[in-house]
Amino acid sequence: MTRTARLSILLAAVLLLGAVGTGSVLYAAHRSGMKDQQQANGPTVRAGTVSLRPTAGRRLLVRNLAWGPHRDEIATVPADDPEGPRTASGVKCLRFHAAAGTGVCLQAVHGALQDTYRAVVLDAHLRERHRFPAAGIPTRARVSPSGRMVAWTVFVSGDSYAGTNFSTRTAVVDTRTWAIDDNLETFHIVKDGRTYRAADTNVWGVTFADDNRFYATLATGGRTYLVRGDVTARTLTTLHRNVECPSLSPDGTRVAYKKRVKGASPDAPWRLYVLNLHTMKETPTAESRDIDDQALWADDDTLVYALPGDYGSDLWTVPADGTGTARRLMTSAVAPAYLG
Amino acid sequence: MYLADSRSTGSRGTEAAVVPDTRPGRRPAAVPPTVLALGAVSLITDVSSEMVAAVLPLYVVTALGLSPLGFGLLDGINNGVGALVRLAGGHLADRGGRRHKVVAGLGYGLSAVCKPLLLLAHTLPVISAVLAVDRTGKGLRTAPRDAMISLSTEPEHRGRAFGVHRAMDTTGALLGPLVAFAVLRATVDGYDAVFAVSGCVAALGVLVLLLFVPRRVTLADADADAERRPERPPALRDSLALLRRPDLRRLTVCATLLGLTTVSDSFLYLLLQREGNLPAHLFPLLPLGTAAVFLLLAVPLGALADRVDRRRLFLAGHGVLLLGYGVVLSPRHGVPAVIAVLVLHGTFYAATDGVLAAATAGTVPARHQGAGQALVGTAQALARFACSLAFGAAWSLWGERTALAVTAAALAVSAVVASFLLRTADEVSA
Repeated sequence: MTRTARLSILLAAVLLLGAVGTGSVLYAAHRSGMKDQQQANGPTVRAGTVSLRPTAGRRLLVRNLAWGPHRDEIATVPADDPEGPRTASGVKCLRFHAAAGTGVCLQAVHGALQDTYRAVVLDAHLRERHRFPAAGIPTRARVSPSGRMVAWTVFVSGDSYAGTNFSTRTAVVDTRTWAIDDNLETFHIVKDGRTYRAADTNVWGVTFADDNRFYATLATGGRTYLVRGDVTARTLTTLHRNVECPSLSPDGTRVAYKKRVKGASPDAPWRLYVLNLHTMKETPTAESRDIDDQALWADDDTLVYALPGDYGSDLWTVPADGTGTARRLMTSAVAPAYLG
Repeated sequence: MYLADSRSTGSRGTEAAVVPDTRPGRRPAAVPPTVLALGAVSLITDVSSEMVAAVLPLYVVTALGLSPLGFGLLDGINNGVGALVRLAGGHLADRGGRRHKVVAGLGYGLSAVCKPLLLLAHTLPVISAVLAVDRTGKGLRTAPRDAMISLSTEPEHRGRAFGVHRAMDTTGALLGPLVAFAVLRATVDGYDAVFAVSGCVAALGVLVLLLFVPRRVTLADADADAERRPERPPALRDSLALLRRPDLRRLTVCATLLGLTTVSDSFLYLLLQREGNLPAHLFPLLPLGTAAVFLLLAVPLGALADRVDRRRLFLAGHGVLLLGYGVVLSPRHGVPAVIAVLVLHGTFYAATDGVLAAATAGTVPARHQGAGQALVGTAQALARFACSLAFGAAWSLWGERTALAVTAAALAVSAVVASFLLRTADEVSA
C-alpha cells in the first residue's frame, strides 16, 4: 500500500470515528438537556423553603432524582404522602442526611481537570456552617440523633492503569468543636477480643447510637464485620461477621444491614437483614432483591432503602421483622432522612 | 559492547555497527519510523484506556449506585493470568517468522472491543469481566510491541528508542483523563459518551498499527540470522531455553530481585500521604507527579543509557528509588519532601522501564525478541506483585515505617547482588 493510500484511509477513519464520537457526545448532551425538562407523568416538584426545624407534620427529605430543573436537589414531602408534590430546596447533594436541625451534604465540585468532593455541614436553614474536603466519591452520610455528630464515607481509588483496587475513607466530625477524625482506620481495632492491625482495613457506613457511640462496617482480610465504635476512646470493636452498611433502629436494639448471602448470584450478593443486638439473632427481611444501600429506619418497625429505578433509583419499604412484602415508597429519589 | 551477544553464535561481531538504516550521510540519531508509529499507537491507546480508568469508579458509584469494592476480588487472578498471557504473547509473536504485528494487533484489538462493551455492562461482575479481557489484551500486546521496538532500532540507539516510546505512552496516559472529563462536562454525566469516545480512540490506535507498522520488522543481521538457519518457528521449548543464555538469565534474576523490593505505586503514594501528612484530597495528584517526571526524563535517560551501559543505568535507577524510600522515612515532612519523592519516583521509572527492555533486547537473538522481552517483563511483574503481597503483610505486622525500612534494606542488598551479577555479564560480553 502506498503512503498516500494509507494516509487517505487514516483520514477517512479519523473522520468516521470522529463523527461517531462527536455524535455520541452530542446525543448524550441532548439527553442531559432533556433531563432538565419535567417528565409528563413524573412527580410534581416546586421550589420552596426547606427547613430542618421540627414542623407540624413528620417529613421525609430525599435527593430528588426526577427530571426537571430541580433534579439532584434536596426536596421534602410529608411523610404520610411520599408520592405527593415535592418541595425542592435548591441545595444539590450526591448524598444527604439530617437530624435535629443539622444536615450533611456530600457534593461534587466540577473542576477543569477532574471532580473534587466536599462534605458540607448545614444548619437548619440549609445554610453552610462548615465544609471539609473529601478524598473521593461520596457514598454514605449520617448525622447523630442529637444533630451534634456527623459522619460520611467516600470511595478512594488508585489511579493506576485499569486500577481495580478501591478503598473507603470514613470521617467523623464534632459540630461543636469542628474536630475531625478524617480516617476511622486509625482507630484502635479490637477484633475477636484482641488488638488487630492490618494495612487492608476499610471502614464505612457509620450509624450513630449517640454522640459518642456508633456502629459501622470494618472490612479486612476479605471479610466484613459489624464494629461498635467509640469516638472518645478511638476504638472499633468487632461484634459480628458478614455485616455491611449497618443502620441502627431508633430504639437502639437492632441493626439493619446488607448481608452477603451464600448461593446468591455473584451479581447480586446482598440481602437486607436485621440483627438483634441482644440475642445476635439475624432475621431476613421479606425483600428478596439485592440491596446495595445503607437502609434507614422510618420507625422501630419499618425500613426504607433505595433500589435502581427508571430515573436513577426509587425508595422502597419493608417491615423490619421479616413479615409482609416490599412496597415502593416513592419514585426517583435516593438518600432519605426523616424529620420530626 | 554487549550488543555483540545477540549474534554470539556467529563470528561477525564486527558488523554489529552496520545496520541498514545507517547509510552514509544519514543521521544515525533519528528514531526509526516504526518506533514512532508504535509510540503513536501506545499514545492513542493510553488516551482511550485512561479515559475509562479515570471515570470508571465515578460511573460505578454515582451512576450505577454500586459499591466498587467488589472490583478488587479479581485483581489477584488478573495478575497471574496477565503474566501467563504476556509469556504466550511473546512466544506467539516469535513463531512463524516473526508475527509480532499480528499478535500485538490482536492485543490492541481485544482491548478496543472492551470499551463499547462497557456500554452494555451494568453490574460489577460483568464490568470486572470486561476489565479482565482488557488486561488480557494488554498482556498479549506488550512483549511483541517491545520486540518490534528492539528489532527496528539500531542496537546502540535502543535506549533512546524505548525512551521515546515510553514518553509517548505516558503522554497518552496523562491526556486520557483530561479528554474523559471534558466529555463528562459537555454531556453532564454522559458516561456512555465517554465509553463511546474511548472506543473510537482505541479503534484509531489499532488502525494506526495496521497502517503504519511494517508487517516484518527486521534488521539485516536478523535476516542473516534467519538465513543461516532453516525457518523453523521457535517452539515453546526454545523460548524456555532462552534462560540458558547467561546474560538473559542474569538480567532476569536481577529484574526479579529488584522487583521483589520495589514497593507498588499505590502503597508508595499511601505511605507518602500518611508520612507527609498530605491532605487526602491531594492524593489523586500523586500519580500525576510521577508520570510527569517520567514523561520529561524518559528520552534523555534512555539516550544516556545508550552511552553509559543500560544495566548500569537500570541499577542506578533503583538507587534513585532507594533515595526516595529514604526521603519517605526521613523526619522531613511537608510539600517539598513529597515533591522530592515524586521526582525521584518518576526518575526511577525513566531510568528503568524502557531501559530494561533495551537491555533485554541485547541479550537475545532477533528471532527470540518476543519471548525474551516477555520473560524479563513477566519475571519483573510477578516479583512486584509478590512484593505487594509481602509488603501488605509486613505493614500489618510491623507498621508502615518498619515495613518500608525493611524493604529499603532489602532493596540495597538486592542492588549490591545485582551489581555483581551484571558486572560479570559485562566482562563476559566485552
